[in-house]
Amino acid sequence: MFPYPFLRCMNFRMDKKLVQLLPIKLSNNIHGFLRKFLFKVLSFGPMPKHIAFILDGNRRYGKKWNLTEGEGHERGFCNLMTILNYVHEMKFQYVTVYAFSIDNFRRKADEVQLLMRLIKEKMDALVEDTSMADKLGIRIEFIGKLELLDESVREAAKKLMKATEKNDQLVLLVSIAYTSTDEIVHGVERSCMEVRDEDDDDDGMMIKLVDLEKNMYFGGYPDPDILVRTSGETRLSNFLLWQTKGCLLYAPLCFWPEISMRHLVWAVLKYQRRFFYLERIKKQP
Amino acid sequence: MAMPSSGCLFFSSSPATLLLRPALPHLSLPTRRPPRPRQQISLHRRATRQGNPPGTNPAAASSQSSPATHETLTDELKWEEALPSCLLRESLPRHVAIIMDGNSRWARDKGLPVSAGHEAGYRSLKEIIRLSCLWGIRALTVFAFSSENWFRPKAEVDFLMTLFQGVLKENFDIFVREGIKVRIIGDSAKLPKPLQKLAKEIQDVTVNKTRFELIVAVSYSGRQDIVLACQKIAQKVKDRLLEPDEITESLFAQELETNHSRDFPYPDLLIRTSGELRLSNFLLWQSAYSELYFTKSNWPDFGEADYIEALQSFQRRQRRFGQRIS
Repeated sequence: MFPYPFLRCMNFRMDKKLVQLLPIKLSNNIHGFLRKFLFKVLSFGPMPKHIAFILDGNRRYGKKWNLTEGEGHERGFCNLMTILNYVHEMKFQYVTVYAFSIDNFRRKADEVQLLMRLIKEKMDALVEDTSMADKLGIRIEFIGKLELLDESVREAAKKLMKATEKNDQLVLLVSIAYTSTDEIVHGVERSCMEVRDEDDDDDGMMIKLVDLEKNMYFGGYPDPDILVRTSGETRLSNFLLWQTKGCLLYAPLCFWPEISMRHLVWAVLKYQRRFFYLERIKKQP
Repeated sequence: MAMPSSGCLFFSSSPATLLLRPALPHLSLPTRRPPRPRQQISLHRRATRQGNPPGTNPAAASSQSSPATHETLTDELKWEEALPSCLLRESLPRHVAIIMDGNSRWARDKGLPVSAGHEAGYRSLKEIIRLSCLWGIRALTVFAFSSENWFRPKAEVDFLMTLFQGVLKENFDIFVREGIKVRIIGDSAKLPKPLQKLAKEIQDVTVNKTRFELIVAVSYSGRQDIVLACQKIAQKVKDRLLEPDEITESLFAQELETNHSRDFPYPDLLIRTSGELRLSNFLLWQSAYSELYFTKSNWPDFGEADYIEALQSFQRRQRRFGQRIS
């Protein structure tokens, strides 16, 4: 059962009708019960462990509903909390979100500042009140070229990582100042530094796939099983290119603030349909 | 091959009458060309295409193919006249990549052996190359054989290697005459020696062609491509030619197997057939900003109508590369 404050952020139509007819707490209870029953049924099949999201369409959502500048992103953040609740109930272990790309720095300065301010506000709020993160057992990690961020944002990110480091039920990997090509180059750079420091007479061929992988930002974390990109665009936009070798790509037509439980359930059903074939692919070198 | 629908179009087999061809119908009606026996260059006899039982050895049949009269890829048409009216030249992708998936499923659905599926896939590829040249797409990358495909049954793998060899041999002159630059990427050391030799020869002969670029990924793995590039850079670092902090994305990209194409290194559109929704280790670095298009048709069924739909889908998209267009 998710907390009442987030009910305002939801676009779930059935709940709006129930809210009009029933008390809020009762509708939350019924909704929670039905949801848990559905997730229990889903869990009879193979469940994915790691899901990744590209949070696309916040601004278009804002334009669609005539919201003020930044309100679309606020709603997107609210919806992220709701989705995290669902993901926690479905017993996922890792969630990755594409919060801010290195390419996004080329946008207009005021938009970049707005987004950075929003991100910092949310980080500070979560540091001050870690109740939600602790209740769900979420450990938050920030992945990317953090040195491109402002000092204040970087410090806030470090504080949040430290505040949630003891949680162990769900790992939230937030990709900020990240592109996959930059990650691969970073992995290459670190691997080359190791090679340079060795005094062997061997040639550079000693770098293997596992060496490169462990030096990447996402080294040590498993590859995602499902990648969801909202707003219907089917492209990766330089996100997890290395890691999505055998990952299911799902592109629902809704914007990020509109994504709901039914999209997640549908993604999991698609994954279960292809599970055995994907497992065979993953086991091959 | 599927029959043409509703009789509203008649495709003549003569090249000159293509100038008189009416505009394509609305895409909700799938259209198929009737087979043109004079142009089909196949490793099997024509009877095999009609679904006869398997057993013909493609290597033995190769001597019977290559008829004298075959259509050149562009004929006397000007490319501008050949473009369907629903496509805009200025927003066509310059480089298209295709994961040719679904040959086995197509064959299984029709009750044919897997080899017939790959044969049909080859015919489909020929048609797509012809259309790409005709419509002004400058580069086409196709995923013919993945590094994971080596785990398939040996008979199928051997058949595929023989098929590739036959295809390269048959179309050698066409590539040279039509100005198609052929490039084979992937781990060629695992390929049979005759195929390696033929691949090298065709690449050397067509290296200066500029009209169209055909890149065939055989025994290719996107991750392995990246690891090999990393090893080359590590060797330079070891030899003190480069410092690790000087490594940039463009420097790294030059070490990839797709570095030979300066004008169109990365695909604008990546098509995957057979309804699977993943990249399967194909052009991982290069498809960073590619538009992905997934279709449920199996590869042998992917024809002109499906290709037009894919290109129309590309034209409708707004490519932002992480920035804003306002």
